[in-house]
Amino acid sequence: MSDELLSLSCRKLTELIRRGEVSSRKAVEAVFSSIEKTEPVVGAYLSTFIDESLERADEIDSKIAAGKKVGKLAGLPIAVKDNMCTTFGATTCGSKILENFHAPYNAAVIERLLAEDAVIVGKLNMDEFAMGSSTENSGLKKTVNPWDVNRVPGGSSGGSAAAVASGMCMAALGSDTGGSIRQPASFCGVVGLKPTYGRVSRYGLVAYGSSLDQIGPLTRDVADAGLMMNVIAGHDDNDSTSVNEKIAPVPDYLENIEKGIEGLTIGVAPQFHAGADVEVLSAIEDAIEVYKGLGAKVVEIDMPHIDYSVAAYYVIATAEASSNLARFDGVHYGHRTAKPEDYIEVYSKSRAEAFGTEVKRRIMLGTYALSSGYYDAYYLKALKVRSLIRSDFTGAFEKCDCIMTPVSPTTAFKIGENIDDPLKMYLSDIYTIGVNLAGIPGISIPCGFDGNDLPVGLQILTPAFTESKLLRIARMFESCTEFHKRRPQKV
Amino acid sequence: MAQKIDIDQVRKVANLSRLDLSSEQLTEFAGQLSSILEYVEKMNELDTDGVEPLAHCLEVSNCFREDIAKESLGTDKTLSNAPEQDGQFFIVPKILDESNAS
Repeated sequence: MSDELLSLSCRKLTELIRRGEVSSRKAVEAVFSSIEKTEPVVGAYLSTFIDESLERADEIDSKIAAGKKVGKLAGLPIAVKDNMCTTFGATTCGSKILENFHAPYNAAVIERLLAEDAVIVGKLNMDEFAMGSSTENSGLKKTVNPWDVNRVPGGSSGGSAAAVASGMCMAALGSDTGGSIRQPASFCGVVGLKPTYGRVSRYGLVAYGSSLDQIGPLTRDVADAGLMMNVIAGHDDNDSTSVNEKIAPVPDYLENIEKGIEGLTIGVAPQFHAGADVEVLSAIEDAIEVYKGLGAKVVEIDMPHIDYSVAAYYVIATAEASSNLARFDGVHYGHRTAKPEDYIEVYSKSRAEAFGTEVKRRIMLGTYALSSGYYDAYYLKALKVRSLIRSDFTGAFEKCDCIMTPVSPTTAFKIGENIDDPLKMYLSDIYTIGVNLAGIPGISIPCGFDGNDLPVGLQILTPAFTESKLLRIARMFESCTEFHKRRPQKV
Repeated sequence: MAQKIDIDQVRKVANLSRLDLSSEQLTEFAGQLSSILEYVEKMNELDTDGVEPLAHCLEVSNCFREDIAKESLGTDKTLSNAPEQDGQFFIVPKILDESNAS
């Protein structure tokens, strides 16, 4: 029974709950029995809230029994990445420096989930401060890929992807600064959407690269991503970069989701395929063939500056990170060193003791890039390259409706495989990073499996604020393939 | 081959970053940061003369709102995560030593 409930879509399950045919308590219990069984192997959660979740489920069930109106996510067990502030439980960002941090307010997206009657069952593991592509940089826990426990789940939203893939929640929120939703979604065989920069409020999202960060859903199918967008998208007075809805209205993302795009033109760029594994490329080519079968036309586009996106990103993101992470000072919150000799040591020892190596490396890189004498050569240069990368996308979208690429050059790699070579790890983000620099939306959907039975993700990109169209395009593929229905059997 | 950034520069950056790093870590970072910076300099292949730097992909403008007093967190919540506090203030070690006192 419980497995059956968990195999439903979010739309179906919340409809059954709303009609009183299944209780939210049953759904929450099913999720926790799945967590009990799977979590010891997968390690996706940093915290879970069983008592509070059951209590909340009961409240929602009584609201329904009393005939009161309930929200769009009524009774659904949902989990969030642990870089979104919650007044319940800790908000750790996967870091020892915040291990005991209890946020005094909820992130805007948390308020929105709660307002629509979701049940937040727990908070998910991640690379420390979202810096990483494998979740191996978590300072608190190891998460493995549910398809193969010797492999990484991807990152930085690795806990979110692993939990959704292994049925330990109905849907999850992640955050994406350079691919951190799309790449783990691809590695774990789920759907991951990074919305346009400014579509979803970042209020209460612990900042990494403020001009790049964006929150988005990880779900088991495309329409569930639309459902989540219907809840989290929209302006928020507390985030000045969240877009005015008069300029970019928020549509109903489910309304036309089953309507394919007539005469779809797909852009394919050689730069977006260079360096990918043969098996990954062949899955992407097969997926494009499926679209052709549906009447789509393929045009070749040129993205001459994409090759420079990793270089520009690792200057801009680390520069922003070095500034954002200056707030961890051992004074206001977070870890403080035990016996500082002077006030400088309060900063330098507290930070050295509690930040992990990758976080230190990025703070150092960013500080260097912003320091006197190097600013023009690195930071300013990177911003100009960013401008060229965005022009590549603007130019491409004059010739096509969407761009299709692999999400990552490989499928999930082995734990430890890339950890000693930071540059090699950074280069694995080559196909996703330009999207954050340009601010446009991107989705990863399951489109095949390699010889090791590991999922391959297809990345689809559309212009800013066209998530509705992006979801429709993704749904075209999903509605005539079965890849999204396969679930990992190994855990 | 000479490294892009040497150990003294790394020490200087660590100080700017307020990170008290061990000498092993300084050496490790000197090597890693050098190879990352070498890679990053690939950007120099591009002619960016006359290209406007793009700090932000949206048209950002100031967001004004009416000057209405709203509820704020308050002292208790604001101090609640501090390593050391006295109910009113964050407590830090003494900043001035006796010789600086006048």
